[in-house]
Amino acid sequence: MKLLTHNLLSSHVRGVGPRGFPLRLQATEVRVIPVEFNPDFVARMIPKVEWAALLEAADHLRLAEVPKGPIQGYEQDETFLRKMHHVLLEVEVVEGTLQCPESGRVFPITRGIPNMLLNEEETET
Amino acid sequence: MALPGSLNRYLLLMAQEHLEFRLPEIQSLLSLFGGQFTNNQGTYGKSPFWILTIPSEDIARNLMKRTVCAKSIFELWGHGKSPEELYSSLRNYPVEKMVPFLHSDSTYKIQIHTFNKTLTQEEKVKRIDALEFLPFEGKVNLKKPQHIFSVLEDYGLDPNCIPENPHNIYFGRWIADGQRELIESYSVKKRHYIGNTSMDAGLSFIMANHGKVKKNDIVFDPFVGTGGLLIASAHFGAYVYGTDIDYNTVHGLGKASRKNQKWRGPDENIRANLRQYGLEKYYLDVLVSDASKPSWKKGTYFDAIITDPPYGIRESTRRTGSQKEIQKGIGKCPESHVPVSLNYHLSDMFFDLLNFAAETLTLGGRLVYWLPIYTPEYTEEMVPWHPCLKLISNCEQKLSSHTARRLITMEKVKKFENQDQYSHLLSDQFLPYQGHNSFREKYFSGITKRTAKEEKSSQE
Repeated sequence: MKLLTHNLLSSHVRGVGPRGFPLRLQATEVRVIPVEFNPDFVARMIPKVEWAALLEAADHLRLAEVPKGPIQGYEQDETFLRKMHHVLLEVEVVEGTLQCPESGRVFPITRGIPNMLLNEEETET
Repeated sequence: MALPGSLNRYLLLMAQEHLEFRLPEIQSLLSLFGGQFTNNQGTYGKSPFWILTIPSEDIARNLMKRTVCAKSIFELWGHGKSPEELYSSLRNYPVEKMVPFLHSDSTYKIQIHTFNKTLTQEEKVKRIDALEFLPFEGKVNLKKPQHIFSVLEDYGLDPNCIPENPHNIYFGRWIADGQRELIESYSVKKRHYIGNTSMDAGLSFIMANHGKVKKNDIVFDPFVGTGGLLIASAHFGAYVYGTDIDYNTVHGLGKASRKNQKWRGPDENIRANLRQYGLEKYYLDVLVSDASKPSWKKGTYFDAIITDPPYGIRESTRRTGSQKEIQKGIGKCPESHVPVSLNYHLSDMFFDLLNFAAETLTLGGRLVYWLPIYTPEYTEEMVPWHPCLKLISNCEQKLSSHTARRLITMEKVKKFENQDQYSHLLSDQFLPYQGHNSFREKYFSGITKRTAKEEKSSQE
């Protein structure tokens, strides 16, 4: 699971609503996989990123060199974009968990794939 | 090159396949590239010859880099219902538009294509000679000409009734071919990872085109299966997400769909499929998730949602349910915790899908999905509706004598507000589509009746 994805996921446990974001990320296995750098795509993602959630997740993965927020003129700043490219797209959680901050419910990540399934009792009506 | 202020007419030579899907594909692609579909010919129906007006050759070329429905595009210089009409039409074509392609330094060749008839070499040469009145000054080069000109003769669509003379003759400068070769290179037959209902390659590209997928988009498939639809979008430069309720399919585990193969191999998963075509960089993530209970945060970040939801026939239609309803025999992998309910009504599923699309699509983004229908009862009012989504196209593909599926394309035209998610309850069509909840039964009822009939007649 990439950090871009983590930034888009929220707990859908019944009653939790917006307090289900962001999910608390823990990882027991992480890998870095090179992905071709596409500055246009990264620049498009910057406005969609929730920075606090990203920084918290990056912190749990003990990543260094994570920009603290978008900088002025980021669309043309290759250094900034390359760092963001690495953080959002090249770091993958292979084994780990995502935890709902409100209910404590844990969603496992196995072989890089999160399992978000809940029982009927746990979900929103 | 177009002269300012002049209208440029082009001839599209269409493939004779997926007839209903062609016009929406071309329209969607033209709007993607800033053109607009204006035609001087009325409706095209079954004909493979479409004349349209496009503002510039660049737009025509961009169109051909995407379409799998069109074989080629020509700059139309003349046409008519007889050779005389054609020649007269060519004489009316402005010489200054011809000259850049005919001057003495250039090389060219002229081809004759006939549709629904075969001509002898002699007949073809006669037709080329008849064009001598055109101001060709360049040299003929049959191997690698700079410019290719084509005469296209239309002898109709009925192979059992071939006319003496063509209905229409066209003459044009060949510009580009479409992407029909993708159908073969992305064929499901050669794909590493397939499922029972993997989408035919041609249709998956048509869906991406109906969805106006473009470079750097994020495309999502909530019923991703083995990822076939993601491949087409990734080929066009979009980054892709998928979810599916089936743990084994998402992970690439369990029984294989190929004949003679028992279990899936290690190279069989969605990511590997993208890797097979050199598209792994577009893989974002896949998740095990129930599409009726999505885990995405509030916001608009999908540029297109392109999907083939389950119809309940070959793959079951499911959503998560209570512990009592856990499905037996899940397969090799015991952790595939899938407490399921088998009663996810189709109408609920489509309304969930439309609401989800209305919430998460960017404005102008498209939802493209298949809607299974029971033909004897189908009416247009049954197509699910949503206040935020505008219906763009509705194309039918027959499945059997009494069932079909329709490719529905919708575009988000209004920002989603909370009350919009309940609008379908007020809609008149909420009830008509309820009939389709028993689509599975209706699909099989036809087969049962046929089998009973056959048994009866074989006993007589």
